[in-house]
Amino acid sequence: MKKYADVVIIGGGPAGLAAAVAAYDQGAGEILILERDRELGGILNQCIHNGFGLHTFKEELTGPEYAGRFIRQVEERKIPYLLNTMVLDISRDKVVTAMNRQEGMFQIQAGAVVLAMGCRERSRGALNIPGYRPAGIYSAGTAQRLVNMEGYLPGREVVILGSGDIGLIMARRMTLEGAKVKVVAELMPYSGGLKRNIVQCLDDFGIPLKLSHTVVDIQGKERVEGVTLARVDDQRRPIPGTEEQYSCDTLLLSVGLLPENELSRSAGVDLSPVTGGPVVNESLETNIPGVFACGNVLHVHDLVDFVSQEAALAGKYAACYVASARGGAPENLGTADTASIPVCAEGGVRYTVPSFIRPDHMEEKLPVRFRVGAVYQNCYVSVYLDEERILHRKRQILAPGEMETVTLERERLTAGGGPGKITIRIEQE
Amino acid sequence: MYDVLIIGAGVSGCAAARELSRYRLKIGVLEKGEDVCSGTSKANSGIVHAGFDARPGSLMARLNVEGNAMMEELSKTLDFPFRRNGSLVLCFDKEKEGMLEELKAQGEANGVPGLQILTGEEARALEPNLSREVTAALWAPSGGIVCPFGLTIALAENACVNGVEFIFDTEVKKVEKTQEGYRLVTGGETYETRCVINAAGVYADVFHNMVSERKLHITPRKGEYYLLDRSTGGFVDRTIFQLPGKFGKGVLVTPTVHGNTLVGPTATDIPDKEGTNTTRQGLDEVAAKAALSVEGLPMRQVITSFAGLRAHEDGSEFIVEEAADAPGFFDCAGMESPGLSSAPAVGKLLEKLVTEKLRPEKKETFIETRKDVVNPFHLPEEERNALIASHPEYGNVICRCETVTEGQIIDAIRRPLGARSLDGVKRRTRAGMGRCQAGFCSPRTMEILAREWKIPMDQVTKCGGNSRLIVGVNKDRLQEEDQ
Repeated sequence: MKKYADVVIIGGGPAGLAAAVAAYDQGAGEILILERDRELGGILNQCIHNGFGLHTFKEELTGPEYAGRFIRQVEERKIPYLLNTMVLDISRDKVVTAMNRQEGMFQIQAGAVVLAMGCRERSRGALNIPGYRPAGIYSAGTAQRLVNMEGYLPGREVVILGSGDIGLIMARRMTLEGAKVKVVAELMPYSGGLKRNIVQCLDDFGIPLKLSHTVVDIQGKERVEGVTLARVDDQRRPIPGTEEQYSCDTLLLSVGLLPENELSRSAGVDLSPVTGGPVVNESLETNIPGVFACGNVLHVHDLVDFVSQEAALAGKYAACYVASARGGAPENLGTADTASIPVCAEGGVRYTVPSFIRPDHMEEKLPVRFRVGAVYQNCYVSVYLDEERILHRKRQILAPGEMETVTLERERLTAGGGPGKITIRIEQE
Repeated sequence: MYDVLIIGAGVSGCAAARELSRYRLKIGVLEKGEDVCSGTSKANSGIVHAGFDARPGSLMARLNVEGNAMMEELSKTLDFPFRRNGSLVLCFDKEKEGMLEELKAQGEANGVPGLQILTGEEARALEPNLSREVTAALWAPSGGIVCPFGLTIALAENACVNGVEFIFDTEVKKVEKTQEGYRLVTGGETYETRCVINAAGVYADVFHNMVSERKLHITPRKGEYYLLDRSTGGFVDRTIFQLPGKFGKGVLVTPTVHGNTLVGPTATDIPDKEGTNTTRQGLDEVAAKAALSVEGLPMRQVITSFAGLRAHEDGSEFIVEEAADAPGFFDCAGMESPGLSSAPAVGKLLEKLVTEKLRPEKKETFIETRKDVVNPFHLPEEERNALIASHPEYGNVICRCETVTEGQIIDAIRRPLGARSLDGVKRRTRAGMGRCQAGFCSPRTMEILAREWKIPMDQVTKCGGNSRLIVGVNKDRLQEEDQ
């Protein structure tokens, strides 16, 4: 027998938890969180370092503490959740198929769905690093789980490829647990991680960061015995003659995160080729009415605080969607809506979230998040409504590793019939 | 004293073991790896060739066509994935179309059914992603694809159930002639046997040359591959070859039985019999050559790359025979492509050769069939939920990319010749074979392995030997320093 829930939330990590709380507070009746792991909290459970929650709680929390605050809110509201439950399919008409030990395979008809599945790490295979395939090659997050949640040391002499935040955090963690981190190599001429993590995780421990370097060979037939690094040119091709040999038993990869949208894709959700996440409007709603997305499944975030903020909006709009569907025929909230204004990423801006704004659905102020594609110094972030520049903010530095925000006001978007398009670009003057 | 000792638990050795397990014989398989299917059999194209490539009259041609014909029924008897998807050989040059005709004639001489020459348009009608440069193609409806792990493991499990002893982590160092037969000296024990089957892959020449004056020479021929995500499934439906060049069959583009797309291999002769590393050059060559056959291959969907070694014998021929000057020593050597396709026929040929020698009686108790690890997603809904009700571990998904449950992993470990390592679990269940490449599931699969085998986590390996995944516990060396 098919069950029903007003709002089904796929994923009980930071995004799913915040969405659930917000949906409840907005008055949604039956909410159900489906979590595949054995506890709520998602990836935060393995992020035992501090630095979480500065925006949300105005204090420095560890990952599990931050998750704990939201889990408590979920518990206080008695929002139901299922653990060890894998969602296998979401249909276009919002039937969620899931499976667990207790119930086998079962289906839930959802009034609204919030996609909050998070992301996964890019693997060695996706990078095409040549060499042998021995034990000792881990993605940084896998190593983080082994060390931080299970207490096991995956290696003693470590080379890290990629200076994403997890890689930087793991450089410090492995050092603290007694391993020797020999070097962090980064393909790009800049780090993909937060500046504060480079200082606190590498500089403070004397770990060298080699920019414009990559791994060109992996040695060792059973366990990693060494890797070869080489400098790369501006086309990111290894430069012959620059090879350096590092003996090590472990290679950690922190080479990018990919939103996990296999379920979204099979449901028919339109995905952005840039972010790998759904294309959404101001309500964080996908092209399928009543299916919302938030957190790292939408686009990869640097700070969990922004995930929580974003997810709260998704949860709230999901509750509103169900309420309005109850009130009569659901209005078409799809992104194809003619009253929607496209938000265009240009001139160094890689993407924006949202991609469409319907001024009559937005709140007074709407944060638009974006990332740049390269490092820009002494530049301006500009926002145009059609040809009119409404924002021109001086910035000392913009980097791909740091998510940026501009805030749009409803008043500006509705005045005089509203613009035909909104453009965000980086300008030198 | 064994009746038959087989060196090597690859697909040929396991096929021979299975066919000989029909008889009252004491049979052992000595394998230097920790599992079956650890060498050439694990890293190849997974193709069941139609059989038009080999020279008419050669053993290779005969065994290929026979093996191909046997594969479908065997896949049902032993429950492993096989699909007859057909294959196309592409020609890109009007002037070379004669070579397609020659290939077709050769195939017909070999007994390959249904061969047909198609125009470029006809080929593109079958496979819309084929290059516009294709002028003609040879269509071979009997070509197929198989899971090489599935085939080898199925043969081995069935042999094991029928009494064949598999001895892993045991490398044969020396083969000596004795009065009754042969003595196999390993790093550990010494084994006496009446007959030897030398199915040692790239090492078959080494063992042959220990007992025979008619020397063999086998060159490891490296093939590098790219494997693409299952989201590319359907990019091609048939196996797409290019007209053979100087080095083998060129680069192919094929679906796998599990819905991935596989591209490769290169063909590089190397001196190192363990040289299974991929190279920048090789991988670039694969991508460049594949682009000749198909347009718009989504290389961003690559999830892994790997290399395997074909056991290329100087005469480019299978050597499946009793060594002329070493009675009771049966070679199964030079098993390069189409070795996988031929395996069922190779098993039968070795059965014939060895039973003619030993004249054993048939067993009445032979168990013909074998069932694969139960996949709850392949069951009808009612059966599936009944299975999960009685065995809740089938409701617990461990590998999210390939949707593999804890129940399947436990089955893979507990069954005959059960998985002992992460790779063993992967080859039996596909856990860790998907797009995240075991990023999420490996810690959990490691836990299950440790629990089932009752070993500490730091003894769990990727593929046996020294391939340990965990080297200690947090701060262990720091504490030692403090003391």
